Amino acid sequence: MQVPAPFEYERATSVDHAIELLNRLGSEARIIAGGHSLLPMMKLRMAAPEYIIDINDLSAELQYINISDNEIRIGALTRHQQLLESDELAAALPIFRDAEKVIADPVVRNKGTLGGSLCQADPSEDLSAVCDALDASCVIKGLDGERMVSMHDFHRGPYETAVADGEMLTEVRIPLRPNSSSAYHKVERRAGDWAVASAGAAVTMDGDVIADGRVGLCAVGPNLTNIEPISEALRGQAPSEELYARVGQIAADNSSPNTDTRGTAAYKTHLAKELTIRSLRKAVARATGTDTGAVA
Amino acid sequence: MQVTMTINGEEVSREVEPRTLLVHFLRDHVGLTGTHWGCDTSNCGTCVVWIDEEPVKSCTHLAAMAGGHAVRTVEGLEVDGELDPVQEGFIQCHGLQCGFCTPGMMMTARALLDRNPDPDEATIREAISGQICRCTGYSTIIRSIQWAASKERETAVELAGASNEGASA
Ligand SMILES: Cc1cc2nc3c(=O)[nH]c(=O)nc-3n(C[C@H](O)[C@H](O)[C@H](O)COP(=O)(O)OP(=O)(O)OC[C@H]3O[C@@H](n4cnc5c(N)ncnc54)[C@H](O)[C@@H]3O)c2cc1C
Ligand code: FES
Ligand code: FES
Repeated sequence: MQVPAPFEYERATSVDHAIELLNRLGSEARIIAGGHSLLPMMKLRMAAPEYIIDINDLSAELQYINISDNEIRIGALTRHQQLLESDELAAALPIFRDAEKVIADPVVRNKGTLGGSLCQADPSEDLSAVCDALDASCVIKGLDGERMVSMHDFHRGPYETAVADGEMLTEVRIPLRPNSSSAYHKVERRAGDWAVASAGAAVTMDGDVIADGRVGLCAVGPNLTNIEPISEALRGQAPSEELYARVGQIAADNSSPNTDTRGTAAYKTHLAKELTIRSLRKAVARATGTDTGAVA
Repeated sequence: MQVTMTINGEEVSREVEPRTLLVHFLRDHVGLTGTHWGCDTSNCGTCVVWIDEEPVKSCTHLAAMAGGHAVRTVEGLEVDGELDPVQEGFIQCHGLQCGFCTPGMMMTARALLDRNPDPDEATIREAISGQICRCTGYSTIIRSIQWAASKERETAVELAGASNEGASA
């Protein structure tokens, strides 16, 4: 039987209360959102916090998808299921629905949150790749108020984020640009499993050329945010299979996956390339209104 | 700590350690052993119960987090001696062999049919995709859920018919 080590349980009644608790209880306190990463880690004693601060009552403050003309703001406690089901989100940023369809299973998706996914900072977390591709920023709140950090600065390394002791993630902000779209492709061994590898792409078109493009990779190595050579290679180029192949190769060259039960390093590197190609192709097709609805 | 929640409509309160998982709270502290405990790693889904009408894996949920909420377990499917159509479906279509996965399957199925009274096969497969059955090969589970769905649709039509007759009389 796996049970967490003993801890004390506190339930936050507001974001300010959660921050006050985090500051009062110190570095041994951990927030619990969906608990679907934290509790498994606690069962395995990979985490043994002394205090757990439950933020699940804060849906009024932290659970929302607000779409304006130039930005989408998503509350940290927004569940996978809500990200999957929101038609407005799928229309503006189709990468979310692409990814959410293949993140875990429907029952896990009822609990797991956007904030938990990003704060877990597992290199296999699909939403990190999604938010990387979308050039998202994270709003971090502490006693001194809010600060914003880019996804690039948010993930400091595997299981490490810019959220300091006494702070929490409250919101993710994603810029909305005209003539843009996005897509996500994942290979998994079986329904509901973590990725063998996945890739997401977001592009902004300027007439016939790609004005701006980004790729986020998942499960093929740490620190894969903001792969600048990819954006450089895409900037100002007309979309073509040759371009996608070149960018796919850059993605593969930047990957450093491990061989494990999900596949060999060589296979995952191949996937990084192929899934980058497919995501770019799909994102461009969507942005230019030429998407046929084909899967890849 | 004292944890109080409603389980199948009844208020239940127990003194437990904060680290108590909901599945053990239900089975060991409240004595509701219908909810099964399998993989312990949120993969098999036999521990699925509802919290506020939503299926969750109770092996990956603290009892404390369920405090103040409404939990429904497989014991809460039958009402006043009458089986839920999902339970009937599992009997009619041999939806179980050893029965280990069954409580979780039925709770997920019930939640699905409450949201979508006429799901196609792909939708049913997707809904139970976080749950593992080692015996049935899933086909009979899917048939059981389809049986329950069509029975409920028939009942709904009959009820609507009866109330129309009532209105015209
Ligand atoms: C069976 C299974 C399959 C899965 N498959 C996938 C998959 O295919 N792809 C995928 O991407 N994920 C997968 N997941 C992970 C799932 O997405 C988790 O829900 C997610 O990783 C964590 O979200 P959570 O809300 O449960 O976070 P929690 O477990 O509650 O928290 C995770 C970490 O983040 C911290 N935290 C949470 N919220 C905040 C906040 N607002 N501010 C600061 N810190 C915070 C916690 O302290 C903890 O350290 C799977 C999980 C399971 C159990
Ligand atoms: S025991 Fe909970 S999912 Fe297997
Ligand atoms: S009936 Fe035996 S595991 Fe499903």
